Amino acid sequence: MRSASADLTRPEPAGGTAGRAASIRGARVLEVSGLSVAYRTRRGDVKAVDDVSFELAGGEFLGIVGESGCGKSTLLFAIAQLLVPPAEIMAGSVAFKGTELTGRSERELAGIRWKEMSVVMQSAMNALNPVKTIGSQFADAMRAHGETSKTAIAGRSAEVLHMVGIDPVHLKSYPHQLSGGMRQRAMIAMALLFTPDLVIMDEPTSALDVVAQRSLMVQIKQLQQEIGFAAIFVTHDMSLVSHFSDRLLVMYAGQVAELGPTRHVFDLPRHPYTAGLMEAFPSIRGPKLPLTGIPGSPPDLVRMPLGCRFAPRCPQVQDRCREQSVDLVSVDEVQVRCLLASALTDRLGGNGVISGD
Amino acid sequence: MTDAVPLLRAEGLSKVFPIGGGLARRRLHAVDDVSLQIGEREIVALAGESGSGKSTVARLLARIYQPTAGEIYFAGRQVSRLRAHADVLRYRGDVPMVFQDPFSSMNPVFRVSHGVLRSLKLHRPDLSKEERLAEAHRVFEVVGLTPAADVLQRFPYELSGGQRQRVGFAQALAMRPKLILADEPVSMLDVSIRIGLLNLMKQLRDDQGVSVLYITHDIASARYVADRLIVMYAGQIAETGQVDEVLASPRHPYTQLLLSAVPDPRAELTLGEGADIGEPPRVIDPAPGCRFRWRCPVATQECHTVTPVLAELAPGHEAACLVAQSGATVKAF
Repeated sequence: MRSASADLTRPEPAGGTAGRAASIRGARVLEVSGLSVAYRTRRGDVKAVDDVSFELAGGEFLGIVGESGCGKSTLLFAIAQLLVPPAEIMAGSVAFKGTELTGRSERELAGIRWKEMSVVMQSAMNALNPVKTIGSQFADAMRAHGETSKTAIAGRSAEVLHMVGIDPVHLKSYPHQLSGGMRQRAMIAMALLFTPDLVIMDEPTSALDVVAQRSLMVQIKQLQQEIGFAAIFVTHDMSLVSHFSDRLLVMYAGQVAELGPTRHVFDLPRHPYTAGLMEAFPSIRGPKLPLTGIPGSPPDLVRMPLGCRFAPRCPQVQDRCREQSVDLVSVDEVQVRCLLASALTDRLGGNGVISGD
Repeated sequence: MTDAVPLLRAEGLSKVFPIGGGLARRRLHAVDDVSLQIGEREIVALAGESGSGKSTVARLLARIYQPTAGEIYFAGRQVSRLRAHADVLRYRGDVPMVFQDPFSSMNPVFRVSHGVLRSLKLHRPDLSKEERLAEAHRVFEVVGLTPAADVLQRFPYELSGGQRQRVGFAQALAMRPKLILADEPVSMLDVSIRIGLLNLMKQLRDDQGVSVLYITHDIASARYVADRLIVMYAGQIAETGQVDEVLASPRHPYTQLLLSAVPDPRAELTLGEGADIGEPPRVIDPAPGCRFRWRCPVATQECHTVTPVLAELAPGHEAACLVAQSGATVKAF
């Protein structure tokens, strides 16, 4: 490692360099409470997100991890109010900077999107318009929000592109002329056009190889510290967010399995699912241990198992896990949905039940 | 490596794609003078980033592409210039390929049994219909798709990504292969599913005696599964050797970069000032000199003019880096 390196494990405010967004650092940017989303199908309602609650402070970086089909992307879409039928918010609220977003009209939401909250989608290949230059797509987004001055548009476009490490000459490039990594960077630049308070990212690095992925993560983290936006970052690769997120939300079968400060969760995973995700990737150092991953797959959301939803795959399952549904309980600074962890809390005298099932 | 006749040997393999036409005609050197060997019962990992030419190597070995230069020998016999359809078919049965994307490599309108029965019919025409079905059952059981009778009757959309990739391996296995070319077989799968596939490759090596060329950009998974490692950069081999030896003391700066990029939650995070942004190398009409020099923090004047070739720096451990070959200790990333 080089000498001129910065320790980012403790994300302290960068101080001074920040714009508007940083002024609300620490204030609550997002409050999701009791959010449930269902896909209304002929087979019945498929509850993809089930009673999810969390808060996000200004400048905070939240990682959401879980396997495919655990409801991560649905949760993001619900927060950004981007759900389309048959998906529907069944209960709960999403408050952004103190304003309720659910039930707002498209026109009201359009004023918030890009300007105050932006979304970076999974596949930049598909999210960018292939027949328009990067610059003209940036200009479209700015004009849609009332920016008419050509010089202002050109200036800001060049500025954000420079911020993500792309030469502004590429404003004249078409998406196919950029590498996969550059396209993802361009998407992130676009999300930053208006200095949003919240940037939501859905697996933005999953199509990239390790070197590009690493560099993009570092860049996102640096931008986030510089500009001060809060970030929600969804991934199935727990190792990826280990150094970058302040807090970690582990989702399983539509529910919060574990939620807490990233370091706490990594040092002492309390939910067997979290432990399984951590054991799923081989390490580059240390002894080579045979790994098993997590056998099986997430449950069919239409036929949810009784009791703990992870029970069918859990290596530590007990009889009672299959009989009673499991509540989210607080242990130290961590919320966890596991009877084994609850038993531990009872002994230690924890804070008790947070939400029912 | 110690085998008298390696299972597969490639000598001076090159693939050049012409791009543009007329006066603008240029040549993209996807693979440039690559020599490698794969032994019996051996998993060799071919690692590198996007654009390093690793998939092109697999396609050359699978005879999907015809090499611009160089030869391929399988069990001592030259296969790179095979012409007769029957010979090519036999070689493809010995050396089948498993593809990256399990969501587009299966025909969605046919049941899972369709693909495996068809390739059995094509590659093992001596089997009767009942024998083909029995063989399909056998290979599905081997790769862990149980109960095989049930899985064979399903449609691709009814299977998860991990299961589909297992079907890919089952299909390859049905041909009684000696070597499976696996092109990024786990990169599109969830992390929690990947380990199962990596374990399957080990199991195929140990129980079925199959060798695997495992192509990946994830060096941690290469360490987990492979016996030997070949690191490619810009169409050339940068470093090769026993996987533990190479990763314990990587000599080439590029190998060091790949290693440093692996997220390791157990390690402290440090960020380099001008962290490498992972741009793929330019291999259109490359000039002499080391192709990694533009990204290399330890490049010297010599690296800009002299093209490095592989040299043995420790027993069985070769690297194509002039700085490392000069005897200096390279610590670039």
